[in-house]
Parts: sequence; structure tokens; C-alpha cells
Amino acid sequence: MVVAAAACAGARATQSPTPAQHAAAPAAAAQQDSFSAERAQYPSTYQRHPNSPVLIKNATIMTAAGQEIANGSILFKDGRIVAVGTSVTAPADAVVVDGTGKYVTPGIIDVHSHMGVYAAPGTFAESDGNEATRPNTADVWAEHSFWPQDPQIPLAIAGGVTTIEALPGSANLIGGRSAILKLVPARTVQAMKFPNAPYGLKMACGENPKRVYGDRGGPSTRMGNMAGYRDAFIAAEAYRRRWDKWNAKHEGDPPERDLKNETLAEVLRGHILVENHCYRADEMAQMMDLGREFGFKIRSFHHAVEAYKVRDLLAANGTGATVWSDWWGFKEEAMDGIHENAALLQQAGVKVNIHSDDAGVIQHMNQEAAKAMYYGIQAGIPVTRDQALRWITANPAWTLGIDSIVGTLEAGKMADVVLWSGDPFSVYSRALQVYNDGWLVYDRNDPLHQPRTDFELGQEPLPGSDR
Amino acid sequence: MIAVILAQTIALTGGTVYPVSGPKMEHATVVIQNGRITAVGANVTIPGDATRIDVSGKWVTPGLIDGLSNLGLAEIDAVDNTNEGSTGKDIASAFNVSEGLNPASTLIPINRIEGVTSALATPGGGLIGGQAVLIDLDGGTIEQMIDRSPAAMVMDLSEGAKHTGNGSRAGVAARLRQVFNDALEYSRRKADYNKAQMEALAAPAADLEALLPVLRGEEPVLVNVNRKSDILTALRIAKEYRLKLILAGASEGWEVASEIAAAGVPVLVAPMDNLPSYDGLGTRFGNATMLAKAGVKVGFYFSDSHNARDIRQQAGTAVSFGMTWDQALRAITLTPAEIFGVGDKYGSLDAGKVANVVVWSGDPFEFSTAVAHVYIRGREIPLTSRQKELLDRYRTVPPSY
Repeated sequence: MVVAAAACAGARATQSPTPAQHAAAPAAAAQQDSFSAERAQYPSTYQRHPNSPVLIKNATIMTAAGQEIANGSILFKDGRIVAVGTSVTAPADAVVVDGTGKYVTPGIIDVHSHMGVYAAPGTFAESDGNEATRPNTADVWAEHSFWPQDPQIPLAIAGGVTTIEALPGSANLIGGRSAILKLVPARTVQAMKFPNAPYGLKMACGENPKRVYGDRGGPSTRMGNMAGYRDAFIAAEAYRRRWDKWNAKHEGDPPERDLKNETLAEVLRGHILVENHCYRADEMAQMMDLGREFGFKIRSFHHAVEAYKVRDLLAANGTGATVWSDWWGFKEEAMDGIHENAALLQQAGVKVNIHSDDAGVIQHMNQEAAKAMYYGIQAGIPVTRDQALRWITANPAWTLGIDSIVGTLEAGKMADVVLWSGDPFSVYSRALQVYNDGWLVYDRNDPLHQPRTDFELGQEPLPGSDR
Repeated sequence: MIAVILAQTIALTGGTVYPVSGPKMEHATVVIQNGRITAVGANVTIPGDATRIDVSGKWVTPGLIDGLSNLGLAEIDAVDNTNEGSTGKDIASAFNVSEGLNPASTLIPINRIEGVTSALATPGGGLIGGQAVLIDLDGGTIEQMIDRSPAAMVMDLSEGAKHTGNGSRAGVAARLRQVFNDALEYSRRKADYNKAQMEALAAPAADLEALLPVLRGEEPVLVNVNRKSDILTALRIAKEYRLKLILAGASEGWEVASEIAAAGVPVLVAPMDNLPSYDGLGTRFGNATMLAKAGVKVGFYFSDSHNARDIRQQAGTAVSFGMTWDQALRAITLTPAEIFGVGDKYGSLDAGKVANVVVWSGDPFEFSTAVAHVYIRGREIPLTSRQKELLDRYRTVPPSY
């Protein structure tokens, strides 16, 4: 059973064993009988940082689960939310934080970040986000580029972000696997990998692949793009059949591994979620048909500046839309961006995320959600504060397949919690404290809780000094 | 047509008026006549022919100014043929961007209906990028758009210009001095130049000629620069040649704020920029605040001109990092107007000034606030844009064509 599951060689094989299991695994005898696909693939070594229980009291608690509780309290302990409400009592050893006049939200989740793979200071040395050497790089994994010492990471944490999806870039039709990461100080990316999170697969439509490959053997057209995806999934279908057959009986030699097909086969099995860079409405319709042809569903269209035009089609397909509040015009396929995109999508029942795609924007996701909410309301499209908060918390958790663990402030959820100086939808509010799995990873008023990356040490002046 | 517009008299009554040049006034009136503000105050006489617009409960401010932008010069970043801001030359001082301005740009309505009424249309690239012009975001022709031309000569002493100095900062500074020296030499010996009795100069005559107003201290020099040491180099060169200097970017400006203040040099900053690069490892959110506290005149810009409308988000964020609200509003109104030499015409609500006026539902920096009215040179701007038309088309799907 364990072998069969591992042989899927995908998301299921990478669920994090404890460090003890990990250390015990490569016994000599086991090595002789098993082979690479059956072993853990770059497993998470994430471990919760030990902390005292924390009670934040007398704050406005925005749960992202339907409630905004005035004069509320939240208690978390051992990395889990214990209670949320108006009468929460704290254990004797709890750190009590006075939240009077302040607001509490779930930790922000950004489903589209290139931090770590396009790290600051932004030279060629840190340019590890696009394996722009061939249009299908389903074999590459963003985590193998990710640099945990990217000095952009502490800045994002200071903006209230607790989880990111680090994605390969959009040069390729199929860009590779994403990494779902807890945004905590760490030496290795493995120590940041969100335990048990499924992988995402980055795919890209439109201008970027045809621009990058147009004079390098193609694709050079949108129809060429489509042919490229289809060829890749036709190969993956056959590969999946071979492996599923072998996994069922374990007879004879296993098929030879192929990293590209291994990833795409996991998409076909529904274990890896497709995150699809796609701007134009008509291309989204094509991509949803591609999913139907091969029997998978695109989880969310990213950037999706024209998603509002086909919001009914997205809603019917159960595909989400991941958008900016206002970016537009940097290329032709981004010309039709409108402020009301998120609100119109929300109204149609589409799962909406606000994303950053940018190490600056990731620092003020709350502001971006606020803009998208208020522009919607001003245009007469109803959006609630809870819905807008979900655009940067619960909905991205769903997109990444981790919504049973994070994304809302409810008892039992992971204690990813942000304390804000005021209403997070006000331009004047800043994150005061950020807890990740109960760990105080940022405190605006306490330099002892403002972890620095190695890169920043000894630099004069200190990068991002007043974050 | 123009005469009809200019003849219009408008009285915005009952609003909370933030003139910027002085304290706010409750229940005040702003009178606009012939494209100018003619009266501001709580007790003004409203002309009998005025169209009265009740703006009680609303906030009235000067139109916002983006201190550094591509507005009018850019349409689609990735489509080269829609961009007009760069010649590709190292020394392009004779290049004035005016005739590249596109009054029909979709960016103009999209940004002005959210309160941005003026912007610096700025060239870029090379060591001397060319001449920037200050424009109003209205007008059917280039002439009608321009407020001041040239508003500044644009130069670059950041790492982005190193290639113009053989790959070294010292090389860039040396080349700039050589160009300045040659311009001065050219101005002294035009007759010799015309008779070809001079050694080859560092730039063509037209580019040297264009630098003379700069070297006379008449035309400001806007220098893009970030690193502390480069800022000091800019101050040094400005002192040597008696330039009227404006610093732009200045991400490590907070470290040399007192030197900048002592030199009396104004700074244009993007308050939400804080990502470290080797050109500015000390980039930080508090830059604008610390410069202002040191007494430096600070104006704002936003690097994404498609969303110049987000200049108010920039201003609000600066407030969250310690700038006063009044300083932040000034940084996107009167201060940039003063920096570009039009402080007597733009940037505040005072009698005699050009009637660039915005009426807001509340605090202009807050996301919950909407624009109620925008006036540019006294013309009420219809609150429509390509984006608004897209919204209206797609309010229902499928849309009705």
C-alpha cells in the first residue's frame, strides 16, 4: 500500500514524513528493493516553532468564515486556533495581547509569488524563475530554485503574508511545479514546505510563450500554444496508463521514469492542481476545453484580466480566477483589465483570489483587496467585507488545496493570524503582529521579532530598515 | 466650442475644501470661471450666472499631479511602437517629448477620472534622456495639453546609466562633466564651431545648445539616482555647475537627508518602493517621511503610469509610515507644481490658479472614497473611460452588442 501510493510519484509521494522517518528510510536493504520513484521526493521538513499560547482580546476579529466579531478574542495554542468569540478565557501561561481598536484576520495567502525564484537584489544570479529553454518544462520544480534568504521574504511577512505559492515564470507553455510554502525564516526550502499541500502546475497562455519561442522553433502562435499543451498531455495520458497498470500489479520491470510525464500524469489523476497564467477570455474558454479533452480541471486562471467577460463559463466549470485589483496595459492581452473584475466574478459565484505576482504588491494585499471591493461597491456590485477578505485568505487556500488547514479563523485551523493597527481595508493600517503556525514571525514594535535574512546582515544601510 | 467651455462659471458649494496652500475650510465654496479659480472660502460671493453644484459632505482638493510618469507617451508597454519616451541615445538633451504626446491615449481618461489632472511626461534612457514636459490630462491637441515645456532636463546617475560611462559610475560622472564643459565651450565659441575650428565635442551642437538653459540655472535638471553615494555625486555636480537640481527616485535619500536639505534640492520619491537592489540596498518605506522631516521638499510619483491613479494609495501609505496627511497631499499637488516651476498656476485652490479641481466623497487617500467631480482647466470631465465602457458592456453576460 505504501509502495503503491509512493509510486504515483507526485503529490502523494511528497507528504512530509517526520524527520525521524526520513532519517530511517534509506536503510541499505530497503534501497536494494526499491527504486527512486518509490522514495520520498524532496519531502517537507517543516516543523512548528514552539510557542506559548496567545490570546488577542478586545479586537475586531474578521474570520473570513462569515463573521466580523466586535470586541472579540482569539486564543491559539500549539499552532492551532483554540477559540474565537466574545468570551474566550486564556490559560495561565498565555501571552495576552490587547487588541483594543485593532483588527485580526487570517494570515494572507498569495497564490502567485516569484519570491525566492526571482529573489532580490535581482541580478542574473537570482534569476531562477523561468527555465526558458524549451516550451514544456513540466519536469522542473520551483522549490529547486527557491532561495530562502531572499530579502523580499521578510518584507512580505511584514505585510501579513503567511503562505505563498512560489511559481515558475510564464515563459513556457508548461512551466513546472509550484512550491506551497510557509513564509517563515528557514535555512532550506524543505523547512518551509507546507506539510501535505498538493503541488500546483504552472501553465501559461498567450503572448509570453509565443514571444519567447517564436524564433526558437515555436510555438509562435496561440494555435501553436494549444498544440503544445495537447501534445504534452497526450504523452502524459499514455505514461499514466503504463504506470497505473504497473502500480496495480507490480509485475515485471516498472516503466522508465520521465519527469515531465510524471508531473502531468499527476495532473490527470487530480493530484496536482493546474494554475494557469491566462489573460484573455477567449483563451480561458480554450483552456477549459483542453481540460475537458484530457479529463482535468483548471483550478484557477491567474492574472485573468478578462475573466469578468466569461465569468459564467468559469462558474459553470468550477474554475477560479486569480486577479489584480487594477493592473492593466503592460501588454496587449492586458488591455481590457477593469477595476470591477473581482467583484463581477464574485457576484457570478467564481472563487476569486487577489494575487501579487510582485514582491512589492505582496506587501499590501489587504490594500489590493480593499480597492477591488470598494470599486465593486461603487459600481453597484455587492461585495461584503468577508468576501473581500476571503479573496486573500480562504479562497487562495482553496486554490492551493489547503483550505481544511488554513484560510479562516476557526477553531482547529492552523494559527496563521495577523493583528492589524486598524481596519485592514484602510490605507492607513499596518500589520502589527504576524503569527505563522502560532509563531510570532513579525512584530512591528519589537526588533527581536523582525527576522533578517542572511543577505541583509552587515549591509550598510540595512535593507528594508523600517519594514 | 472652447469659448463656450471657458465661459462657464461653476460654484462648488458647501464642501470641505483643502486648498493645500492653507488650512482646510468647512462649508466653503470654490468658484471657477473661465478656466480659473476665482474665489475660495466660506464667505464668497457667487456670480449670478454660476452653475451651483452642492458638494456638502464632500472633500474638495486640487487635482493630483504625478511627478514622474509616461502619461501621454506610453500606451502598451510591450508594444514598442506605442511608446515615445526614449531615443536610445546616450545624450539626447535636444529631445523634447512634446510631439510624441498622444492626446488620444486611453491612459488619460482612465487616470483623470480618478483625480489625476496633471503629470510630468518624462523621457528616459541614456545619460541625458531629454526634456520632460508638464501636461494636463485634457486637451485635444498637444498644445492644449502642455502646461510647461520644457519642465526639466532628465538625466540618470543610477546604475541604469552605467553603460554610458564605459561601465563605471565614475565614467558616467566624467562623461556628464565633459558634456557640460563642452556645452559651455560651445556657447563661448559658437563662431569657431560654425567654422569647424574646434575639436570634436562630446555631443552634437543641438544637444549642447539645449543644455545652455540648464547651465544657466533656468531649466531644472531632474536626476534619477538611488544610491547614497550617487545622490552625493549629483549634489556635487549640481554645485559645480550651479544647476537647479531635482532628485528623482532617491531611494537612499533618507541617509543623506540633511545634505539634500542643506542644498535646498527637492526630491521626487515613490513612497511604496522598498525592494532592495544593488542600486539601493537601503530602499525603505520611511524614505519620504524622513526626507520631509529633515526639511526636504518631497513630491511623489508612481512608476506604473497606467495606474497613476494609485498616487493616492502611495500618499496614504506614506501617511501610515509617519508622514503627515497635509504633507502627503502637498506631495501630490503643490509640491510637484513648485518643483516644475508652475507653483503660481497649479497645485492649490487659490484665486487665480488654473481650475484643476477634484471633488471626492471623502478622504482622497482612502480606498472607500470615490471621485464625484473632476475639473481640468475649468472643464468638468465626464467620468467615462475605455474601462468604464468595458464594465458597462459586461455588466451582464453574454453582453449585448
